[in-house]
Amino acid sequence: METNSKKSASVENNNTDFEVRSLDAQCLNESELVHPWWHNFKYLVVGIIFGIVFIKGEIVSWFRIQEMFRFESFHMYGVIGTAVIVGLISVQLIKRLGLKTIYGEPIILHDKKFNKGQIIGGLIFGLGWGITGACPGPLFAQIGYGFVTAIITLISAIGGTWVYGLLRDKLPH
Amino acid sequence: MIEILQKPWPWYLSGLLIGLTVPTLLIIGNKNFGISSSLRHICAVCLPANIPFFNYNWRKEIWNLFFVAGVTIGGFITGQFLSSNEPIDLNPKTIAALEAQGIDYTDKTEYTVHSGSDHKLKYDVLMPSAIFNTDTIFTLTGFIFFVVGGFMIGFGTRYAGGCTSGHAIMGLSNLQWPSLVATCCFMAGGILMVNFILPAILKAIL
Repeated sequence: METNSKKSASVENNNTDFEVRSLDAQCLNESELVHPWWHNFKYLVVGIIFGIVFIKGEIVSWFRIQEMFRFESFHMYGVIGTAVIVGLISVQLIKRLGLKTIYGEPIILHDKKFNKGQIIGGLIFGLGWGITGACPGPLFAQIGYGFVTAIITLISAIGGTWVYGLLRDKLPH
Repeated sequence: MIEILQKPWPWYLSGLLIGLTVPTLLIIGNKNFGISSSLRHICAVCLPANIPFFNYNWRKEIWNLFFVAGVTIGGFITGQFLSSNEPIDLNPKTIAALEAQGIDYTDKTEYTVHSGSDHKLKYDVLMPSAIFNTDTIFTLTGFIFFVVGGFMIGFGTRYAGGCTSGHAIMGLSNLQWPSLVATCCFMAGGILMVNFILPAILKAIL
């Protein structure tokens, strides 16, 4: 009896997990391969390069964000526009050429489903972006660079994510 | 080589490198580029509290935490070794408009960022020192800029299902129209804040 209820609980969890994850912009690709944990260091290396680009590209600058939202500079639009064009060409090449991962697995890209969260949540995030001058990526880079106050912003952002998880069923989607 | 890296990078170089992150993550491990998910994984690791949204196998997503740890280290390396320590080449119009609102761009006050070393950085190179300063943390300014601002980032990105990286870069690269909707809303929120709400906040607190 106890094992049964445990089993059904775990099934339920899995279902919620799938439903929740399909709504979310995160990795849905379930790799069949299991790698030793230290394989994750390759993501650390990519992250380090990315963090350097964030600072040197001045994307972490509060001033640059003000300038962008006041439409007084091309800089940020140039950065984001170039990134999208390079990403677009890369994704098209991956799709057309059927490229595989370094482990030989086919690369799978998932479509994003529309829900009202992209509008309401998007506006809320935009307001936060304008005031803090940071999106989640630059927050981590700012902390590394030495901006102590970004630690408070990050903790609060984690809190905001937690509150969203708590209220998720009550929010319109 | 170091001297070249220390100079501010042109937009096309930064854009190129950020764009290349998309295929790099796909090719090295079938991972879709996205950063705000890391905040969710941190919740799942630290305080899942029986909330279904945080009860999943976060170990499968641990790569994302390695990635943001890397971003933090990258920021540290840049601050220590690659900083030009020169003010950003900002549009004089923006400088004038911010100065009219009480944000001093030309403030040359130096702050020791990493204590115990001689390395000094000017806070105002990237952020206005009047606001982004440890002294303001426990004031109304700190509450609005860090606590409320941070909350909106975390709540908004998860509600939208992604941030600038997941939607604007990864989503648009994969021609996803919901990501275009999200990106337009990010922009709308930012424009509203910077042009209308922030001037009122600055007027009230500075």
